Amino acid sequence: MVPLSYYLVLSGILFACGILGFLIKRNIITIFMSIELMLNGVNLSFVAFAAHWQHLSGQIFVFFVMVVAAAEAAVGLAIIIAVYRTRETLNVDQVNLLKL
Amino acid sequence: MDLHLALFLIFGAVCVAGAINLLVQRHPINSALSLITVMASLAVEYLLLGAEFVAAVQVIIYAGAIMVLFVFVIMLLNAGEEARTGGSRIALVIGVPGMIVGSTIVAWVLLKRSGTGDVAIGSLPGDPKTIGWLLFHDFLLPFEVTSVLILIAIMGAVVLASRPELSSHLEKER
Amino acid sequence: MLSIETFLIASAIKIVIAVFVLLTAVAYTVWLERKVVGHMQNRWGPTRVGPFGLLQPLADGIKFIFKEDLTPPHVYKPLYIAAPMIAVICALTSISVIPIGNAVHIFGHDIPLQITDLNIGLLIILGITSVGVYGVALAGWSSNSKYSLLGGLRASAQMVSYEISLGLSLVGVLILSGSFSLQEIVAAQSGSWFHIIPKWNIFQGQFVAFFIYLTAAYAETNRIPFDLPEAETELVAGYHTEYSAMKFAMFFMAEYANMITVACVATLLFLGGWHGPLFGPRILQDVLPVAWFVLKVVAFLFIYIWVRGTLPRFRYDQLMAFGWKFLLPLAIANLVVTALVVALRS
Repeated sequence: MVPLSYYLVLSGILFACGILGFLIKRNIITIFMSIELMLNGVNLSFVAFAAHWQHLSGQIFVFFVMVVAAAEAAVGLAIIIAVYRTRETLNVDQVNLLKL
Repeated sequence: MDLHLALFLIFGAVCVAGAINLLVQRHPINSALSLITVMASLAVEYLLLGAEFVAAVQVIIYAGAIMVLFVFVIMLLNAGEEARTGGSRIALVIGVPGMIVGSTIVAWVLLKRSGTGDVAIGSLPGDPKTIGWLLFHDFLLPFEVTSVLILIAIMGAVVLASRPELSSHLEKER
Repeated sequence: MLSIETFLIASAIKIVIAVFVLLTAVAYTVWLERKVVGHMQNRWGPTRVGPFGLLQPLADGIKFIFKEDLTPPHVYKPLYIAAPMIAVICALTSISVIPIGNAVHIFGHDIPLQITDLNIGLLIILGITSVGVYGVALAGWSSNSKYSLLGGLRASAQMVSYEISLGLSLVGVLILSGSFSLQEIVAAQSGSWFHIIPKWNIFQGQFVAFFIYLTAAYAETNRIPFDLPEAETELVAGYHTEYSAMKFAMFFMAEYANMITVACVATLLFLGGWHGPLFGPRILQDVLPVAWFVLKVVAFLFIYIWVRGTLPRFRYDQLMAFGWKFLLPLAIANLVVTALVVALRS
């Protein structure tokens, strides 16, 4: 028997690591992966609450989060490829002017 | 220390180790592989909570398709290791202690409110039949909307990632 | 129900037997392929090592162990060593949910001939197939060579594309059986019509699905006609160009183990699993289902090898167009028709 708060703390740690990665990393792809880490942390807390309140809607919502994450990953990676083709760099600090 | 708590702590430790490894590694392919291990251990955590279908879908879609896409792009663009710039140093010095303090406060508050009760192992079995029923009866509208969303994402990705000759060819045709 | 100690001991024994049998089966699938392709090309195949060349896999294994294990200088070492391991682990893990016969009665316990029966057994196999793509992609990238990178990218893009048609072709079977558990899917195919035509899923309307599954399986396991990513005349050796000795043997084993897994899944889902005519005394009745299962798997592998010896390979753009523009709509159409028929029937 594991208290619900343990699951929430784990979810919070993953979310915090995601935010940290988003702030400190300079490679576009790694920033993207930190966003996926945040979404995973949120998924865990959805499933934990579903088990706590004995209501399957939490697990259903995880599907929708995954679908949105997939759509976002597809479009986001296409944007990254387009940015790389024009600017030849993946460092966000160097993509700071609208002019090429 | 029963089996549920032991398994939760082991796979929770793997999750956190993977997440920290994602932050620490300089090369994006190592970060991608750490994220895959985070997702795999999260799938085990879902199994501990009884969500078997969600765990299988997490492995098939998240770890088996979305992360493959990430690994592809990293391989294609052949990005090297990350460089340390001035902005990233400032973010490290301020962000890491700030985030550690913030998450410690949140964890403290959560653990103190111990009146939220326990969750037994496999307590809400999410078998495919029940989830399918819910998905196609109560949640039919969000289901259809997300399928339209994926269609839009496919079209957007194809147009964005296509070669410039293709889009200029389309310009000429107009 | 088994007690937990009996379950653990039985599972440990089953795992050891399953891995041993699977590795031997991989070795003899290679022998079968060399013999069959040889005869199709009007030559003998291996004949020198042992009678009918039956000890050829043993000789090949010894050769692989003693070969020099080169590591090219500029590879990315951790992934270079890990990639074949990922491929082999994923190939060998799928066998854990595959049942090969009825439950046998040993020492007073009813032990199912399956390492573990999960409610979501089929999803586990699909999930392991999805993760197996990493072995190929990471091998191609870590080898730090143009041929390997191109071969790895092409192979993984091909595997990811055909995984969709593979999964969709299985959904028709799931609609008919109502469960993801492999034991229940096989149980739904027992019996026969007029005592002659068995109630296999391939006769219950999933004929088109069987051929979609067959084609998608060829693409998943990178076999001819879809083996451009590892064709010798195209890309040197694709993603395993820079591998030698034991690591190359691991990729080789992983490919054939994937073939066997795919054949087992096709047998369970489309060809009725271990159902077949039972006769004879009690001990024979326990062994016959396993014998029928093995016979069907070998028949499926024979079709695999037959196609390999007969067809030329697709060009890469033809391959991708076939997967996305023909096979996927056909699989979706099969799903829609099956769902309509089942809904109208009930």
